[in-house]
Amino acid sequence: MFKVTIDGKTIEVQEGTTVLDAAKMLDIPIPTLCHHPKLTPFGGCRLCIVEIKGIPRPVTSCTTPVSDGMEVTTSNPYIEDLRKTVLELILSDHPNDCMVCEKAGDCTLQELAYFYGIRENRFEGERRIYTKRDGNPFIERDLEKCIMCGRCVKVCDEVEGVGAIDFGYRGFSSKICTPFGKDLNCEFCGQCVAVCPTGALTGKMWKQKGRQKDIKEIETTCPYCGCGCSLTLHVRRNEVIKITSREDTLNEGWLCVKGRFSYSFINSPDRLTKPLIRIAPKDQSNPPLPPFVKGGRGGINNSLLVTRYSSLFREASWDEAVDYIAKRLKTLKDKYGPDAIAGLSSARCTNEENYLFQKFMRAGIGTNNIDHCARY
Amino acid sequence: MQKNNLKKVIVRVCIGTGGLAAGGKEVIDAFKKEISDRCIDIDLDFTCHYQKVGCRGFCARDVLVDVVDGDKSLTYQCIKPEMAARIVDEHLIGGKPVKEWLIDDTYYAFHAKQKKILLKDCGTIDPEDINAYIDVGGYSGIKKVLSEMNPEDVISEIKASGLRGRGGAGFPTGLKWEICRKTPGDTKYIICNADEGDPGAFMDRSIIEGNPHSVIEGMMIAGYAVGSDHGYVYIRAEYPFAVERLRLAISQAHERGYLGKNIFGSNFGFDIKVKLGAGAFVCGEETALIASIEGQRGMPRAKPPFPVHHGLWGKPTVINNVETLSNIPYIIRNGAQWYASIGTEKSKGTKVFALTGKVKNTGLIEVPMGITLREIIYDIGGGIIGDREFKAVQTGGPSGGCIPAEMLDIPVDYESLAQVGSIVGSGGMVVLDETDCMVNIARFFLEFTQAESCGKCVPCRIGTKRLLEILDRITKGLGREGDIELLQKLSSDIKAASLCGLGQTAPNPVLSTIRYFREEYEAHIRDKKCPAKVCRDLLTYYIIEEFCKGCGACLRACPSGAITGEKKKLHKINPDICIKCGACFEVCKFKAVGRE
Amino acid sequence: MAGLATVFGSGAMTNSITEIEDNDVLFVIGSNTTETHPIIGLKMKKAVRKGARLIVADPRRIDLVRFAHLWLRQRPGTDIALLNAMMHVILAEGLEDKRFIEEWTEGYDEFRKTLNEYTPEFAEKLSGVPKDDIVRAARLYASAEKAGIYYTMGITQHSMGTNNVFAIANLALLTGNLGKENSGVNPLRGQNNVQGATDMGCIPDVYPGYQKVHIPAIKDKFERAWERKLSDRPGLTATEMTEAAIEGRIKAMYIMGENPVMSDPYMNHTIKALKGLDFLVVQDIFMTETAELADVVLPAASFAEKDGTFTNTERKVQRVGKAVNPPGEARDDLRIITELSNRMGYLMHYNTPEDVLHEIGSLWPAMAGMDYRRLEKTGLQWPCPTKDHPGTPYLFKGGFPRGKGAFTPVTAIPSKELPDREYPYVLSTGRVLFHYHTGTMTRRSEALNKVIPEAYVEINPEDAMAIGIKDSERIRVSSRRGSIEIKAMLTDRAGRGMVFIPFHFREAAANVLTNDALDPYCKIPELKVCAVRIERI
Repeated sequence: MFKVTIDGKTIEVQEGTTVLDAAKMLDIPIPTLCHHPKLTPFGGCRLCIVEIKGIPRPVTSCTTPVSDGMEVTTSNPYIEDLRKTVLELILSDHPNDCMVCEKAGDCTLQELAYFYGIRENRFEGERRIYTKRDGNPFIERDLEKCIMCGRCVKVCDEVEGVGAIDFGYRGFSSKICTPFGKDLNCEFCGQCVAVCPTGALTGKMWKQKGRQKDIKEIETTCPYCGCGCSLTLHVRRNEVIKITSREDTLNEGWLCVKGRFSYSFINSPDRLTKPLIRIAPKDQSNPPLPPFVKGGRGGINNSLLVTRYSSLFREASWDEAVDYIAKRLKTLKDKYGPDAIAGLSSARCTNEENYLFQKFMRAGIGTNNIDHCARY
Repeated sequence: MQKNNLKKVIVRVCIGTGGLAAGGKEVIDAFKKEISDRCIDIDLDFTCHYQKVGCRGFCARDVLVDVVDGDKSLTYQCIKPEMAARIVDEHLIGGKPVKEWLIDDTYYAFHAKQKKILLKDCGTIDPEDINAYIDVGGYSGIKKVLSEMNPEDVISEIKASGLRGRGGAGFPTGLKWEICRKTPGDTKYIICNADEGDPGAFMDRSIIEGNPHSVIEGMMIAGYAVGSDHGYVYIRAEYPFAVERLRLAISQAHERGYLGKNIFGSNFGFDIKVKLGAGAFVCGEETALIASIEGQRGMPRAKPPFPVHHGLWGKPTVINNVETLSNIPYIIRNGAQWYASIGTEKSKGTKVFALTGKVKNTGLIEVPMGITLREIIYDIGGGIIGDREFKAVQTGGPSGGCIPAEMLDIPVDYESLAQVGSIVGSGGMVVLDETDCMVNIARFFLEFTQAESCGKCVPCRIGTKRLLEILDRITKGLGREGDIELLQKLSSDIKAASLCGLGQTAPNPVLSTIRYFREEYEAHIRDKKCPAKVCRDLLTYYIIEEFCKGCGACLRACPSGAITGEKKKLHKINPDICIKCGACFEVCKFKAVGRE
Repeated sequence: MAGLATVFGSGAMTNSITEIEDNDVLFVIGSNTTETHPIIGLKMKKAVRKGARLIVADPRRIDLVRFAHLWLRQRPGTDIALLNAMMHVILAEGLEDKRFIEEWTEGYDEFRKTLNEYTPEFAEKLSGVPKDDIVRAARLYASAEKAGIYYTMGITQHSMGTNNVFAIANLALLTGNLGKENSGVNPLRGQNNVQGATDMGCIPDVYPGYQKVHIPAIKDKFERAWERKLSDRPGLTATEMTEAAIEGRIKAMYIMGENPVMSDPYMNHTIKALKGLDFLVVQDIFMTETAELADVVLPAASFAEKDGTFTNTERKVQRVGKAVNPPGEARDDLRIITELSNRMGYLMHYNTPEDVLHEIGSLWPAMAGMDYRRLEKTGLQWPCPTKDHPGTPYLFKGGFPRGKGAFTPVTAIPSKELPDREYPYVLSTGRVLFHYHTGTMTRRSEALNKVIPEAYVEINPEDAMAIGIKDSERIRVSSRRGSIEIKAMLTDRAGRGMVFIPFHFREAAANVLTNDALDPYCKIPELKVCAVRIERI
């Protein structure tokens, strides 16, 4: 254990702890931009600089491990002045469009600019201008808002193990890019979007759907594979507009392309909204499968479906539909016995629903013919 | 044709950086051709051997050719291929040297105040033959170390010698080794930093090309002292010739058993790998260099932890530059006492500089620490070209500063140069005269560092860009009141907040030029004038009526058609069309074009 | 699951997902983890970064191979030969955990004899894995302090799937890699609540909590709780239902949230069965391929529109929260079932989904300690018998439910349908990262469809060259059961002699081709091996 004194407060920490983490334990705030607790330290934004007794120049607290007896000053006029210069420099190369930015209200840079009261900027000059030209359907990249914190690069390498992006070029022209400017092997997990502190990386489908302030967040569990990742559904006006995940969960805030981006089925116009009762005779009921719209728009062609279904089914009220089912099942059960009826329940439904379903089949119908798709 | 008892004549040609550029290879070919042409007609009474040797320093007089006949050696200067025939006829066959082509007094003067340790063998021994190095005492250092000294002895010897890192920062080499030795760990690395990126610097390149084995021996001794059996040489791919020499030297050392396991029958083993860098300036920074060897983008990492604790692949690592390591065998061979007797109290030994700029004798020099700048520029360098007025000397490359005339008598050592706002650096030394604009010089270096910034940290990536933009507008006559103060403030913030040495030193040229040449900045900003008449946007060209003969030379030279005038009559420059290229100024024989 | 239940007395992942990152050795067999379980894949990558050794056994060059220290490319359907040979090596080199075998297992002596013939040389002949690699894998796995085995359908979807699981269990028992943190046998469940559906008794022979329907005492307990006479005859599995429907023994089916037309093997057979029913009810959120055949279709709520719980692959029960209202008149399944049941004269009344959870807890002690308040934060892993029980991250600490772990000798037998002159290629089916199961949800995502818009067949470039197929060319793949047209993707992900088709795509449905041969124990169909022919069109 090392003893370290930060702003006059002393704490004992494990060897290898960084000054930033030690300060966090003491609840001493240090501004950061490129730091992310789940990624290796970077030390690029220079905002977390502190003074350490015996070291001639300021050092970044996120990269500096504590040593025994270390004395740290996290804030004084000199340090704050340097931080302000750094922030002004970043903002001198940042589009001033918080008004329409997707990230406004949830942006670390905006937050820092506010706390440091940066109205005027001593520095002005060229801004990097990039034309957007990416065709991927998930991630909106706005390189002009990129502050080169490297979080996306590191999450892609260290967490996802893909390494689809890295720093490229040098000097003022350096930027985050894919090898040779192509979208190679990206899994669109959106981890980079999750860790981006500014509006440089956002979800394409979040665009103009609502900003953080009027969003209701609901915790739930992912409906896809068996990992059981925690999801936070962002809801505005009865619509799920975005999915994120908290960091203190089983999945540590990481999601895959399905969990993070594939929620549009909830609001799909194809959703069934009314009970349907067959009108077409059974033997006609297997018309050729509808053509799929290839490449791009994807999914099923709605107009085709509607006409086809109306020839197969008619809409009914719940009352009529349930009544009809109850009657038919009872008749068949009376005629052939309960074991002539079988039920398939679903791995997509909740435990409660599954329990009730099998209870209904076993006690209500009287058969053990109940299964689900565990084997596929 | 070959007879056994013929005497042996050696033609030794410099093909170092300067020699190669001046046509060293062609000179060798010319000699070979001339000799073989003669063979057809006459029986020569000698056999001719050719040696390609490394840089001898005086690049202004390249190509330098030695003719060694027994124990007599004569040196020719400024040799071109077509001159080979006469030397062959008159000297080699006729026995009479071509006197007017031999080196002159200036050549001797160039060397008089130098103290050659590292460069002594450079340019005399054959770098492609390990025996040549062994003949002059090579590998006796490592032999001595392995048979007589334990690692701690080696470290204390290096510490006693007072050797400090020649890469720029001047950290005591022995201390670095000691810290690394004491850091626990089974695997440790020695890295030789040969990523010489300063524009105009070629010290390390010359050493590797001229005497590669001294670097290898230095690394081996370092490895023994630190407890490492593995070394890397990180060298830029733009040095293909050095890479080739180095690889050859390593393979020769392997063949001899000097590298590998159980060197000289001891338990010590050492091996060296060569890693090529892609020519990023920032990869000279040690942590970026480590990242590059690891296969990452060459971006610096924060220190601490320092490489001696947590270096390559996370293992304790010593990084020394070429010149530092090349010193080691000589220190071991001749003793720490000997080395410490050279130089000043805190800066020991010699330092190699690449002397360039507006000085008459440009080249590679090795001087004892503590020599004054005046001695270097006037005695070794022979003064300013055209005997113009000396203005400043820029030391330490893009990270260094400019030292003005009034400080010419300060001694060259780490502390003294730091005191006046510059650094020794890796050894670049650019001499500036009255025709150099100091704002423009600062802008030039900033342009370089900005373009070479890795982009990782904000102050360096954006800060140097803003510095450059301010300098740019000043040289364009768009400077504003307060720009100087803004430059100073931003510079000092960049120095304080940047991640690595590149950013921490990038503003040095700006700060030192403001410090010593503030009035030049003010002239640009307030009077919109460039006193050195360099900044194009601040110049106007005009015809001086009383000198103009109406010859029409300027009219023909003008690329933009800004000059009008009939033959034998006064010409005129239209300032609206003039693009200020200066072509008329250069071409006028009558000094009738004025510039202001 | 039946396999593990036989060996240990309980069938589920023995360890937690979070334990993965601290394993010394991970043995991933028959699981394309990074695509089918991306977040578990991340944990595996993290483990490798932290120094763990990764062994991957898979016929395809899956993405995880990039991170593996050893990749065993067995031929599809030859896992037993591979696993038995590894155990042969472990015994030959004395790497078994003798104390563990002594203390915690039974049937060892009989079992060890059966391994004699499985020399690495023999296994190389059967599986195609070089014998040195088998030896290396055996040493690596056996010498680890904390070794975990991870598998999915690549192991189970075979006609000898249960035997495959036995072999895996044997390997773990032999080396004592069980009952400890970071050590165990971990089947990764493929769907969000497949664990839960199984736990809840949605399988024909058990009530909730794996309580056998044929044991009178248990039946009595449920009859008392549910106030009805119950049948003690185990019911039919899904695949058997299809058969029974065709034979006319099943007259009506009620399908809630399933799409057997797409997910079951031998699609034409399934359609025929469902069409032959007297009455079919399908309850779903979309008009699925199955719903099209229904007499009544009921609109249900999606996961975002209801409250409840899911149980993930590590037995962790987690909350599902209602975020939005269902569209139109769609209702959550709970309400639909309750109403139907009441209409049929079996009265059900629950105020909230949580009431249902409490009823579950009263009948299955493993979930008795759970309530929504406790689950709110991070969920709980069963068994969690009391309100103050913290849940169980790993199973079998200090013993197996059935007493001792049982060694089960298994022999390598070939798959039911092997390639021949007429159908010379082996077809495996599975999932891709960008789609899910029958595609009902993901294929309605424009974005996902943009990345992978259509079905494809992975085929080894050398095989393709032999047939004269170019990349992206449309080709025909046929089996004895049907034929589809599909785009060819030339990639060395597929080994020589095998092809792979994801089964998400209705327009080129892989299950038209697959074989409905079943594993005799747990009735899982052989979706990973059938013989196909490939032709240019």
